[in-house]
Amino acid sequence: MINLIINGLEVSVPEGTTLLQAASKIGVKIPTLCHVPNKDPKGACRVCLVEVKNARSLVASCAMPASEGMRVFTATKRVRDARKTVVELLLSEHNGDCKTCDRNDDCELQELARNLGIDEVRFEGERAKYQYDDSTAALIRDNGKCIKCRRCVTVCNEIQNVGALFPQGRGYDSVIGPAFAMNLDTVACVQCGQCAAVCPVGAITENSHIDKVWKVIDNPEKIVLVQTAPAIRAALGECFDYEPGTLVTGKMVSALKQIGFDKVFDTNFAADLTIMEEGSELLMRLKNAIVEKKEAHLPQFSSCSPGWINFLEYFYPEMIDNLSTCKSPQQMFGAVAKSYYAKKNNIDPKDIVVVSVMPCTAKKFEAQRPEMNSSGYTDVDYVLTTRELGKMIKQAGISFRDLPDSEMDSPLGRSSGAADIFANTGGVMEAAIRTVYELVTGRELPADNLHLQPLMGLEGIKTASLKIEGTVPAWSFLEGVELKVAVSHGLGNTSKLLQRIKDGEEYHFVEVMTCAGGCIGGGGQPRFTTDEIRKKRMSAIYREDEGKTLRKSHENPDILEIYAEFFEHPLSHNSHNLLHTHYNKKSPV
Amino acid sequence: MNELHCLECQIEPTEEELYSQLDDILLEYINKPGALIPVLQIAQRIFGYLPEKALKKISLTLKKSYSEVAGVVSFYSFFSTQPRGKFMVRVCLGTACYVRGGKEVLNSLKKELGIDVGMTTDDKMFSIDVGRCFGACGLAPVIMVNDDVHQRVKPEKINELLSVYKAGLNNTIKEAV
Repeated sequence: MINLIINGLEVSVPEGTTLLQAASKIGVKIPTLCHVPNKDPKGACRVCLVEVKNARSLVASCAMPASEGMRVFTATKRVRDARKTVVELLLSEHNGDCKTCDRNDDCELQELARNLGIDEVRFEGERAKYQYDDSTAALIRDNGKCIKCRRCVTVCNEIQNVGALFPQGRGYDSVIGPAFAMNLDTVACVQCGQCAAVCPVGAITENSHIDKVWKVIDNPEKIVLVQTAPAIRAALGECFDYEPGTLVTGKMVSALKQIGFDKVFDTNFAADLTIMEEGSELLMRLKNAIVEKKEAHLPQFSSCSPGWINFLEYFYPEMIDNLSTCKSPQQMFGAVAKSYYAKKNNIDPKDIVVVSVMPCTAKKFEAQRPEMNSSGYTDVDYVLTTRELGKMIKQAGISFRDLPDSEMDSPLGRSSGAADIFANTGGVMEAAIRTVYELVTGRELPADNLHLQPLMGLEGIKTASLKIEGTVPAWSFLEGVELKVAVSHGLGNTSKLLQRIKDGEEYHFVEVMTCAGGCIGGGGQPRFTTDEIRKKRMSAIYREDEGKTLRKSHENPDILEIYAEFFEHPLSHNSHNLLHTHYNKKSPV
Repeated sequence: MNELHCLECQIEPTEEELYSQLDDILLEYINKPGALIPVLQIAQRIFGYLPEKALKKISLTLKKSYSEVAGVVSFYSFFSTQPRGKFMVRVCLGTACYVRGGKEVLNSLKKELGIDVGMTTDDKMFSIDVGRCFGACGLAPVIMVNDDVHQRVKPEKINELLSVYKAGLNNTIKEAV
């Protein structure tokens, strides 16, 4: 251990700890605009400068390792003045107007300027060139606002292994962006929005659908249905200063009703439907492999996470047949709303508008994929992120914290706990196994509280195996089979897992979520998502699951009803038409 | 590597031949760490510049994202994504050359060739670029024509200097890198 003194307080830290980390350990907050937790420091923003006794100059605390006997001062006049100058210089180049910025009130640069007491910017000079890029469905880039901190570059390259963003050019003229500073649609971007989630300013944001959604709500001829993804209820509260991990399901439903949505439904319902289809698809593939001895393309890959779909299409097109053909719950919901629900309620599907609230920016891309219209109508019309819903609630003048709890509408609003856990890494797998195991053996999954412990938590790649014994006659070919599964989250981890599979590791089913932690850490969630916040949101989701009496998708009565009335059985002709899709091989360049 | 085609008989290799040379290079570098910059340098020697198609091929083969490849290419002024003349004339505008008249040398060169920095003459013979210090400050002002360094260049003698290249008389002539 290394002992040092920060602002007069003694602290012991393991070797290799940076001054920034050591300070945070004793509650001393050092501002930074470029640091990404758990990643090598970039030292790009120079905001985290501190004074070290006997050091020649101020040092960047994010990059300076603690050493024995060091005496560090984080708020001397010299430090305060230097930080102020650094931020003033950033502001002098920053080509943005706080009053009309998407990040007004949620901007790290603005907050820092306020905290440092900057009331005027002493420097005047050239401003960053305005370059507005709305070429993709999910994201808007505004290079004028970019402060070149490179957080987006770090997440895009080091966490997601996508590499859509990289510094281009040199010196003052350099820009952070796609190849040769072209538009984002010219490179292989999976539109996960992790860049937007870490951007300290308004340089990368989601492509907002707020105005379009207000417009359809205000149109009396439209029946506007809203679906909310499981991850929203564990994070929306953060937009209203609730502690991370506070469940606000009931208040969220009330808010959506007050905003004026005609029906408030749950993507969870479609998640239960997904389990029925995806679980049946897995069993079919297993049967093809074991009984029919046919090419079954195992492992089956989950297909709920649209950033992952893009990633596979671009970077691993040779594995495209391994992807489950199931649409994601968002798209299944839309297809069901404009077919089954419309029919059941005698509504012309052309009058139905489906809006989803997602923790995700890639869902905006997914919704506009041309093949997502098998009912004859676009499955999902508009997609709001959690952050956008937070804004709409504020725009509507709703006092969120004072709202009563309300229940989701029926019939597309009832769901099992298995659907809730879709929000967490490992959740889709656990939900699928709860159902598949019981279908095959006739017995409940023998796991403590129905949880598969090895698949929970933030480990990047998780694996588990489960011996299937005591099968019912229909599935006797699975008797004694060891079901092997793997789970990854974050596309960098996913690349590693795919390499292991290519190298010969065998699995039957693999769940991939694009973002670290799963949907609870999605690119559309309230900022800034740290591992600590991921854990809190995840435990909230597990609480939501455990609080329900209905814990398994195949026991959801509304799911049983939709099969009885409409789809007949999983993988039926009708379900293939409405609930399944196909993918396209793409080249990364 | 420099003698890619015979200057005297002027037989230009086909595009296909150039890409097959690139393939050979990529095969050699495919699993080497730090391969990107050497491969880009060699590719520029092969094509005379870095065409988009070559960059995409390099990106795919070396498993470097296209944005990263472009970032490296656009960082270094020695890389060009535009076709360039047979002779790349680089004028040093580093501090020493600048104070000893580098700017005047550049102006004279622009006038003589009738092109601006970053452009290529219509006959595809000359391109002009500027550099920041070639490490020959004692010889300022300095220009480079491909790999030849010319020292203490006088603006009024640019024409003379270029005529050697125009006539193909320089025996150290090498391909533009």
